[in-house]
Amino acid sequence: MTAGVVQVNGELIATRRAGAYHHLTFVAPGLAEHARPGQFVALTVGGPTAATLLRRCFSIHRVSPSGTYGGTVDVVVSAKGAGTQWLTALRAHDETDIVGPLGRPFPLPTEPVPCVLVGGGYGSAPLFWLAEALRERGCAVHLVLGAATEARLFGVVEGRRCADTVTVTTDDGSLGHRGWVSDVLPGVIRDSGAAVVYGCGPMGMLRSVTEVAAAEGAVAQVAVEESMACGVGVCMTCVLPVRGNDGLTRMVRSCVEGPVFRGDRVRWDAFSDGLCRVPADAVGAPRAGGH
Amino acid sequence: MTMLESAVGVSAATSVDMSTDLGGAVLPSPMMTASGCAANGRELHRFLDLRELGAFVTKTVMAQPRSGRGTPRMAETPSGMLNSIGLQGPGIDAFVTKDLAWLRSVGARVLVSIAGNTSGEFADVAARLRASDAFDCVVGVEVNISCPNVANRGLVFACDPLASGKTVALVREQLPRDIPIFAKLTPDVTDLVSIAQAAVKAGADGLTMVNTLLGMVIDTDLLRPQVAGVTGGLSGPAIRPVAVRAIWQVRAAMLEGRLPRVPIIGVGGVRTGRDALELVAAGASAVQVGTAAFNDPGAPARVGRELQSLLAERGFARFSDAVGVAHERIA
Ligand SMILES: Cc1cc2nc3c(=O)[nH]c(=O)nc-3n(C[C@H](O)[C@H](O)[C@H](O)COP(=O)(O)OP(=O)(O)OC[C@H]3O[C@@H](n4cnc5c(N)ncnc54)[C@H](O)[C@@H]3O)c2cc1C
Ligand SMILES: Cc1cc2nc3c(=O)[nH]c(=O)nc-3n(C[C@H](O)[C@H](O)[C@H](O)COP(=O)(O)O)c2cc1C
Ligand code: FES
Repeated sequence: MTAGVVQVNGELIATRRAGAYHHLTFVAPGLAEHARPGQFVALTVGGPTAATLLRRCFSIHRVSPSGTYGGTVDVVVSAKGAGTQWLTALRAHDETDIVGPLGRPFPLPTEPVPCVLVGGGYGSAPLFWLAEALRERGCAVHLVLGAATEARLFGVVEGRRCADTVTVTTDDGSLGHRGWVSDVLPGVIRDSGAAVVYGCGPMGMLRSVTEVAAAEGAVAQVAVEESMACGVGVCMTCVLPVRGNDGLTRMVRSCVEGPVFRGDRVRWDAFSDGLCRVPADAVGAPRAGGH
Repeated sequence: MTMLESAVGVSAATSVDMSTDLGGAVLPSPMMTASGCAANGRELHRFLDLRELGAFVTKTVMAQPRSGRGTPRMAETPSGMLNSIGLQGPGIDAFVTKDLAWLRSVGARVLVSIAGNTSGEFADVAARLRASDAFDCVVGVEVNISCPNVANRGLVFACDPLASGKTVALVREQLPRDIPIFAKLTPDVTDLVSIAQAAVKAGADGLTMVNTLLGMVIDTDLLRPQVAGVTGGLSGPAIRPVAVRAIWQVRAAMLEGRLPRVPIIGVGGVRTGRDALELVAAGASAVQVGTAAFNDPGAPARVGRELQSLLAERGFARFSDAVGVAHERIA
């Protein structure tokens, strides 16, 4: 029944701090073989009888199909609410249930074109693995990492190993350029002649990555982060308005049709103030006086 | 437990007859998904074989495609969640050609959940369902009357006995006699039994209880409602005692002769076999697993296996003997 997705009890074998984040490695047999960069895993939190019923979703940072422990999966977790705090407090040999790999991965270019990869905060987690896959295809890889502070950057050292150039920005100037990734992005795209810009991070950043890429004549592929209750496509909570090949906008599930979308297909105009409204021209949109 | 005892436990469990009769539809298992908690099957089929369930319950479908509401659509709550999806769906025509046809192709028995903005739209949806090529996989229709009635200032059908009865009667006319219909009730009413009476009198062959409870969550950082729809439906283990109470009250009314005895499909907060047994003992002839599937996508099938073992441990040879058993055990 699995069709590439597995549900396994994952034993934690390593947990370490990485700046403001925790980097966790779980044993997850059968998951690594099918996983691709940009996909994610959904973890239960709090143990089998916990009152926190909903799964928490995390980008796959890395997988390794066979090691001393069998297949493993790595995630980078920012302790935010109850569930992520529980995860970051786990110790070696603790277990939690893992479902994955989920969602659609970053599409890879068929030609060896230069690429820019933009990560905001922990959003950089899936990009190093993506960088390796791109370089295997002969693509030059330029990484742009941004965060509020140095502690909220993830993977600057790792980035230097797997990318041709690394540009860093922080809001407070504690490392790299002071400012946002969108300040440096036009220059990086121009200097590298990039054809594709990959982005993962907060929605506001993905929107500006899309705008900058369009202005520079590059295609943006962005991994969105929407609130998810199930992660597997059954609850309809994780939707956002996306224009399809037929030009029509639909509210689509980011957990199965995403999390990666072409940036210019996402209806950024529908997002404001932490809410997303249904565009009036979307298929089945509520009409005045209707539902 | 010794080896011998555990071996006996296993064979006894598998020997419990789990079949259930739901108003003429005889199903091999009482276990079902809950509408809106399993989409239309493809996603869940990766985690469990849909044929293992007594029936697969589809997401409520209406006449036209619907985008649903904006986001955020959910908030986690203690042992549950609040949702405000707004009945997103493809509309009945796309549903029957794509989703129902697929469910039929994998051999699922399907309980189709339908709704309308008006009673007439419910009937229209039922008629188009009946006319579809894949109709032979349908074992019943769940009439989701826990949704707003546009003709009555948006008052939920299931809060009004007249509107409930009218809707059920119109749907009943559109479907063959051998296809049982179940009215899905909300517990957010003063007198649940009177709504149940109206639905059964109008031709419902059974009742599904309960839909979500109306609730609300406020984001304390932004100091505004957390879901875009302001209020939402509360579900999950937190509401299980409400489901048990609702099933109990309606079953008791049936035993007292205040309404005809029809099967009840229990739903609300089931996460384990023990939870399911509570609903069964209160009077449920089948059990749906909703929110718990977000935690464990295999839950609808797993709960069935756990329920079977619990029945065996308690000496039941047939699932049907446990239905409503708690009513016989009060002083
Ligand atoms: C595809 C995807 C990839 C992600 N990758 C990462 C990652 O690599 N590292 C990381 O630290 N975080 C990541 N997140 C965000 C992470 O899922 C949330 O921070 C986390 O679920 C919050 O849980 P909590 O218990 O701490 O917070 P709570 O606020 O208590 O969570 C309550 C509920 O809301 C949901 N929720 C709340 N915030 C978010 C959010 N931002 N996104 C999705 N669901 C949310 C939770 O799943 C849970 O159901 C990702 C989210 C998605 C959708
Ligand atoms: C996200 C979500 C969507 C739902 N959508 C529907 C729906 O479309 N139609 C319906 O009749 N009930 C719907 N329900 C209600 C469930 O079918 C069920 O009655 C309720 O959630 C209680 O069961 P539970 O606690 O097992 O989830 C939905 C519930 C949830 C959580
Ligand atoms: S998170 Fe449930 S459908 Fe996407």
